[in-house]
Amino acid sequence: MYSSEITQASNFVKGVDTVFLITLGVSFFFLIALTVVMLIFIYKYNRKRNPKPTQIEGSTSLEIVWTVIPFLLTMLMFYYGWVGYKPMRKAPSDAMEVTVYGRMWNFSFEYENGKRTDTLYLPKDKAVKLNLVAMDVLHSLYIPAFRVKQDMVPGLENNFMWFEPQRVGEYELFCAEYCGLQHSYMYTSVKVMEDSAFQSWMVDTTQVVAENIDSPTATGRRIMQNIGCFACHTTDGSKLVGPSFKGIWGEEVTVTTGGKERQVTVDEEYIRRSIYDPNADVVDGFNKGLMLSYEGQLSEEDIENIIEYLKTLH
Amino acid sequence: MNSTSIENVANYLKYKGKYKGLLGWIFSTDHKRIGLLYLYSMATMFSVGVLLGLAMKLELLAPGKTIMDAQSYNATFTVHGVIMIFMVVVPGLPAVFGNFLLPIMIGAKDVAFPKLNLLSWWLYVAGVFLVLAALLFGPGTPDTGWTFYAPYSFKTGTNMLPAVFGAFVLGFSSILTGLNFLVTIHRLRCPGLKWSKLPLFVWTLYGTAWIQLLATPVVGITLVLIALERLFGVGIFDPAMGGDPILYQHLFWIYSHPAVYIMILPAMGAISEIIPTFSQKHIFGYKALIASTMAIAFVGYLVWGHHMFTAGMSGTAQYYFSLLTFIVAIPSAIKVFNWISTMYKGSINLQTPFYWAASFIFVFLIGGLSGLVLGALAANIYVHDTAFVVAHFHYIVFGGTGFAFFAAIHYWFPKIFGRMYDKAWANTGWIVFFIGFLTLYSPMFYLGMMGMPRRYYDYLQEFHGGNILSTIGSWVLVTGFIIIIVNLVRSARIGPKAEMNPWNGKTLEWTVPSPPPLENFDEIPELGENDGPYNY
Repeated sequence: MYSSEITQASNFVKGVDTVFLITLGVSFFFLIALTVVMLIFIYKYNRKRNPKPTQIEGSTSLEIVWTVIPFLLTMLMFYYGWVGYKPMRKAPSDAMEVTVYGRMWNFSFEYENGKRTDTLYLPKDKAVKLNLVAMDVLHSLYIPAFRVKQDMVPGLENNFMWFEPQRVGEYELFCAEYCGLQHSYMYTSVKVMEDSAFQSWMVDTTQVVAENIDSPTATGRRIMQNIGCFACHTTDGSKLVGPSFKGIWGEEVTVTTGGKERQVTVDEEYIRRSIYDPNADVVDGFNKGLMLSYEGQLSEEDIENIIEYLKTLH
Repeated sequence: MNSTSIENVANYLKYKGKYKGLLGWIFSTDHKRIGLLYLYSMATMFSVGVLLGLAMKLELLAPGKTIMDAQSYNATFTVHGVIMIFMVVVPGLPAVFGNFLLPIMIGAKDVAFPKLNLLSWWLYVAGVFLVLAALLFGPGTPDTGWTFYAPYSFKTGTNMLPAVFGAFVLGFSSILTGLNFLVTIHRLRCPGLKWSKLPLFVWTLYGTAWIQLLATPVVGITLVLIALERLFGVGIFDPAMGGDPILYQHLFWIYSHPAVYIMILPAMGAISEIIPTFSQKHIFGYKALIASTMAIAFVGYLVWGHHMFTAGMSGTAQYYFSLLTFIVAIPSAIKVFNWISTMYKGSINLQTPFYWAASFIFVFLIGGLSGLVLGALAANIYVHDTAFVVAHFHYIVFGGTGFAFFAAIHYWFPKIFGRMYDKAWANTGWIVFFIGFLTLYSPMFYLGMMGMPRRYYDYLQEFHGGNILSTIGSWVLVTGFIIIIVNLVRSARIGPKAEMNPWNGKTLEWTVPSPPPLENFDEIPELGENDGPYNY
């Protein structure tokens, strides 16, 4: 928090750091003062130097003093904590809205024009409201440089955070609520750009939207990257939470369907079913229930592009 | 007192009843033997917990995989938390020192319900075995963290139910101990021992017992609801079935925050005994210390929401939970001021228990003051769920309760075992442990302020330095721990015989032989006008 590089990265930095520094200052003062007093007493009233103790049972006035002073100081800290926090819960009505989807174990960001990314791109000096949607379990969106954090709760409506990025740059974005196996890999970054650069990035749909890319293979890969497939499935044959995609097309795999084992060939039908109803056929050696349906998030056309890409992974 | 006549009675360690050997212990209803049963079981579980913690720190020595994969790491921190919280610090000082000392300190022969007391230990052991069974058998070691947050705890394929049931059984052990202590303190005080003359350790046991009795059932209910949801699909917490995951967090913390005070209050009580004894001086502000104990016990019920500032509560709830969190800090501050004032103009005898007590004050201050950062809403949003929080609660729970436990064991060791430990080794163990502790946990404050989230198996390169230092600290701490344990175990068997009152303490346990006879007192003592726990 002391890195000058990230100071004032958002409109909340000042409020948070103020209360942080006040509290730390008071804390260090009391820690050092009390420790020093204690050490002095231990030295001075050591039984070698002070063989006869003086019996003192207490002092009402001292008790009052050290109740009232800490009370006032804590109320001061409480006040600044509240002042720094209060604006976080009220987003300006003209804020740019981005919907954030959190799932095991990646984030995806959807803009008002339907554009989807796995990295959060934002314009500088513009209020942003992130609508937080958790697809499976609790996650928590945490951008340390902006001093913001909000849990993403499945089923909770109108859950949001807002802030105004104030410095161009790239910042870390973590998941801060434990969400299972790959929790520590659930991070991405925030790229804050000048407003003009952001606007041209925003309207430039060639980067993601399928039909504007010539090759369906590249499109498929892009879609999978944005939606987060590679958090659980590799393309190099190594095993993560889900089976690797390497060499998967046309292979015979053993799956469990409704409690019975059977052999299936990986074809278009199988891939479509695996995306829309992932727990229908569970591949031997992997667990049920970890992947959720992508129905409504991926169109038939997206899936065709994905299949084209999977065909290339030999 | 009547020490000469009761010296002929066999002491509680040697006493032979209906059963011999191990059976004579595990079926004994003697409060002192039960206290030691808890000590040995908790020391075993604590050592397991330390080894798991050591493994976690070793894994975090470098980014990427160091010694285990992510699934094992997640299981390791879950088991570390479950063991340390439910099996070590929650039973904590009351189970060991409360059992051993409460009846003696109030001049009674035993607790009010000795059989219920033994049942509590059996429930504790049953709970421990249930949880261990969950770890070793079945589909996989639980990997949810000790908080079992919904809905992840409903989705994971690992062995959740036996672990939850084990925690439920452990809860009953705690409730029954609390009930037993309450009745004992109300009914069995010896003649002349008015409430205004109760030792402060007894007062903290009293406050703790109320929390155990009133708060633990809530976690019991929560755990039953989890079982109903997992077994019968009743949608209470899982949004997929129409439940509310935030409701789970409320229910969990309504118990688990007061549980923090179950851990720390008796620790404060032990410190309130040790400091006057080694200062040879009346405790400063006896009534203020009692009032602060009861204030903590009461206000501690009302602050659970500060674990959930980022969870999505209403603004009003955030406001009050933050306010009350600051209020609950004040009684703790009052205690620190009174402890330090007790040293003023004392005649301080620098012995191992005093070193532990003084270092307790230091680490407890750091733990408490960092709690202020977390209580302030805006600052909490920033460091919640980061390594900062991990540092904070280890300073409180391990630094607070753990240091007080070591202070207490070095203080009452001659009374419990009738032998004295090697003081030079005891002091060496303390300083090594203390340095290790500071090196292990202090870097986590920094890492949290840099934004490193907690429960991270792997981390970015920028967090490497702090993690290296912290891992080195874990090695130093464990070295100190080994020195302490070897010294105590060895001294319990072959240490020199201890006197009845080696530290010149004034509470009643120092008026009976070391180790005490089976029923503590030959004749129930009677306190005169001028007798008192701190009248030097």
